[in-house]
Amino acid sequence: MSIAVEHLGFRYGRRVALEAVDFELQPGSFTALLGPNGAGKTTLFALLTRLYALQEGEIRLLGRSIRQHPAEAMRQLGVVFQQSTLDLDLTVMQNLDYHGALHGLGRREIRTRATAELERLGLIERLHDRVRDLNGGHRRRVEIARALLHRPSMLLLDEATVGLDTRTRADLNAYVRRLCRDQKLCVLWATHLIEEIAADDRVLLLHQGRLLADARGDQLCLNTGSNTLAEAFDRYTAPTSEHAA
Amino acid sequence: MNSPLLVPRLAYWHCLRGVLAREFRRFMQQRSRFLSALVRPLLWLVVFAAGFRAALGVAIIPPYQTYVTYETYIAPGLCCMILLFNGMQSSLSMVYDREMGSMRVLLMSPLPRAWLLLCKLVAIALISLTQVYAFLALAWLLVGFEPPLAGLVTVLPALLLTALLLGAIGLLLSSRIRQLENFAGVMNFVIFPMFFISSALYPLWKMREASEWLYWACILNPFTHAVELVRHALYLELNLPALAITAGATVTFTLLAVLGFNPERAARGKGGRP
Repeated sequence: MSIAVEHLGFRYGRRVALEAVDFELQPGSFTALLGPNGAGKTTLFALLTRLYALQEGEIRLLGRSIRQHPAEAMRQLGVVFQQSTLDLDLTVMQNLDYHGALHGLGRREIRTRATAELERLGLIERLHDRVRDLNGGHRRRVEIARALLHRPSMLLLDEATVGLDTRTRADLNAYVRRLCRDQKLCVLWATHLIEEIAADDRVLLLHQGRLLADARGDQLCLNTGSNTLAEAFDRYTAPTSEHAA
Repeated sequence: MNSPLLVPRLAYWHCLRGVLAREFRRFMQQRSRFLSALVRPLLWLVVFAAGFRAALGVAIIPPYQTYVTYETYIAPGLCCMILLFNGMQSSLSMVYDREMGSMRVLLMSPLPRAWLLLCKLVAIALISLTQVYAFLALAWLLVGFEPPLAGLVTVLPALLLTALLLGAIGLLLSSRIRQLENFAGVMNFVIFPMFFISSALYPLWKMREASEWLYWACILNPFTHAVELVRHALYLELNLPALAITAGATVTFTLLAVLGFNPERAARGKGGRP
């Protein structure tokens, strides 16, 4: 098991952001976390990445509690946040160097890994360009390269395609799927864009802090008698949902 | 897939190296920050001190062996002024990092958060030191401020300790400041009182002559003792009480900054979202 989330709950004051969320992710799997804005996806990511302290429930990465083994957990995770966290005034290499150093890597090791990652992403010639001079798609790719620099076994992407054009979104999605397949990465792809999800993807449907469904995309359609995933999504998240699991 | 186990000590060192490199790179790109850090104390030294030289006589007080010009008296205080502004600017930079989201990169490190904050603190302190030495060179050129040459070496640990103290106060404040806009409050309620209610501009005996409560306010201000530590170190003297108080205050504020650091608040970008 790569990630095990057990009965997770979180509140902002009196407002419930997550309630009794349970799921498990396998190594080498691609899972879509689907939910409208405000569903609790970002809060879930903040808990998985230890940015927020756990209030209720437990999270285990490779079988180890992130509460008891936080350093190990952080070494297993690569994360691309919804809001860009690159330093715009530094170059691509300098950004990667900073991240690598924070993960305890030496300069030579960082350089070797950064070159390899950027070559794979087709960005090697932009190594010494300032991030400010890159377009949105390239910045996202740099963020993915950075997330993979310390060679994690899990990659979490929180609405990583927000603000990108359709083609760049599709390219990025395809690239992450390749990574998942080739490197046996466990990927959790959070999105509110249904077109980013394939019929055979496992989908975790989050709505108002609750996990409404955990099934393949086509199974969600079958469950709701819908022709498309978009229709199924609407039925699940309609105010009088009959399918709340 | 996972990286092999790292030698922990080496990982800590690489982390420190990375934070220092990042802060210095950012600093090198902000030339205006470097210039403004120098212009402020130079204005005090060249303009303010020239005007007050005639009005303010400075009696022979340790560490000076003879009467000194007012410029000579306030130069150590102005070194500390640079450290003070830089320390407070570090709080601004932490709030900026928080708002821009880059704080999350730091928080995602597997190393202990206390160590990450200490790395930040050391980086802030070392950047401040480069500015202080640039100021000392200009003070020598512009007003002939000439401490003993060896004093430039002996003052280094005193400056470093002071920079760490003021950086720690800055970090502590950053956990309390919600938005960049609130930095003006830091100027009015922290920087100015700390600087003016100290021995940076006037000797303590002059303060006591003016007002007993002002004198005691100066004594209670850790910045006063940092200034005296730097002043004595510049003239090859060790002021033990000042060292003890400055070191004690540094440890206290560093602990408070580490304990007061709230990762949840630090992780939230603009609008309070992570």
